[in-house]
Amino acid sequence: MKYKKEGHYIKFESIEDMPPMAVSFASTLYNKTGSWRSELPIIDYDKCILCMLCWKFCPDAAIDIIDDKPVINYDYCKGCGICAEECPKEGALYMVEEKK
Amino acid sequence: MIKPMMGNHALSYGALLSRAQVISAYPITPQTQVVELLSEMVADGSLNAKFIKVESEHSAMAACIGAAATGARTFTATSAQGLALMHEMLHWAVGARLPIVLGNINRAMGPPWTVWTEQTDSLSQRDTGWMQIYAADNQEVLDSVILAYKVSEKVLLPSMIVLDAFFLSHTSEPVDVPDQEKVDEFLPPYNPELKLDVNDPHAFGGLTGPGGYMELRYLIQKAHEDALIEIEKAGDEFHKIFGREYKLVETYRTEDAEIIFVALSTVAQTARIAVDSLRKKGIKAGILRIRVFRPFPSETIRNILKNVEKIIVYDRNLSPGRGGIVYHELSAALHHGRLDTPVWGIIGGLGGRDVTPKDIEEMFLMVLKEEKPEREIIWKGLKK
Repeated sequence: MKYKKEGHYIKFESIEDMPPMAVSFASTLYNKTGSWRSELPIIDYDKCILCMLCWKFCPDAAIDIIDDKPVINYDYCKGCGICAEECPKEGALYMVEEKK
Repeated sequence: MIKPMMGNHALSYGALLSRAQVISAYPITPQTQVVELLSEMVADGSLNAKFIKVESEHSAMAACIGAAATGARTFTATSAQGLALMHEMLHWAVGARLPIVLGNINRAMGPPWTVWTEQTDSLSQRDTGWMQIYAADNQEVLDSVILAYKVSEKVLLPSMIVLDAFFLSHTSEPVDVPDQEKVDEFLPPYNPELKLDVNDPHAFGGLTGPGGYMELRYLIQKAHEDALIEIEKAGDEFHKIFGREYKLVETYRTEDAEIIFVALSTVAQTARIAVDSLRKKGIKAGILRIRVFRPFPSETIRNILKNVEKIIVYDRNLSPGRGGIVYHELSAALHHGRLDTPVWGIIGGLGGRDVTPKDIEEMFLMVLKEEKPEREIIWKGLKK
């Protein structure tokens, strides 16, 4: 198959190399959408009450529960801030400016 | 097998013989019978397809897009306001490179409310990237559906088969219905390389930045240029199997013609009577019917028109503020070839007004008397 490329960053070298339509060949395992982020959520585990509301509300499933704690997956978190907005405990989950 | 059938049913039979797998449509006069018969064919099992009922033409095209993206052969039909409502999705079908086939019955745009023929509905969609084939009889309507799938699936562009409201849509003519086995031989099942498949997932139509969009548009243009060749190739193969010949354009008595009348659709058939009558009077008249409007066969048209003295373009359409759409397309093609043959751009037959052989003969006689056109837009048959 002419267009078949295996899952990693693909650069088309020429117009003949391109598929006729916009189509993804790699999965999001390779397309780390966390690079879009301009604000970064931080969990302060000393204050976290482990209610898991942040895990429940994250629209991108970018918060995992690991060892009974919410853990943000920064590879895919786009920094929307919904987790910080929904967090009921003052100072347990807050946003800081992304510095990259 | 010869069957008497109206143009609308010729479209239905074209989709049946092409083994369309998904049909989605919304009824609108004068298109309704196309999908009415197809729904009966699906219901009685003669056509093995899904018939998806929807609440609008926008949804009908969206359903065809979704189905075509999985590799299904899809068909829909519409007219005028319905086609206009599909507009956004027409662009999508092209950008996604889906070989959907659509039958459009030319109907004038409202308001005022109307149902009669005019080409402005389909010509308004010329920049969406759909191929457009204008048929002039019911046999051509049926055959063009089969040919359209053949070419569309090769170049990955959708096709619109366009026919005049009532003059074709509701008029019965004898139509030779090809044998299913022969159609199957000509048109094998569609199996695209890239498609929506749960076992091989891809995202389609995703965000594409300035770094890639232009190349994708170039590829659409290139597909149209390839289609000019593929349409003729498919036409030759069709001719060998079925004995009927279809090309980018159709000519009538053009070999030694001094004045050529150019038009889309059935007006070009009516013009044969006028041309025969003029020939008897010693006037070297001929006809060029543009069958395929997109891709526009500029070179073919220039080759036919390069030696004539005068050209008449008859537009049963109007781009308000500019004039006849075919007139301007054709003038641009002539200009590129540095041909300065005078072209009379005549508008008439709007909203289904009758165009008779006498009307066409009068156009020739008017042009004979003039050295060059006095105006860019000439109205024929306008009430004083």
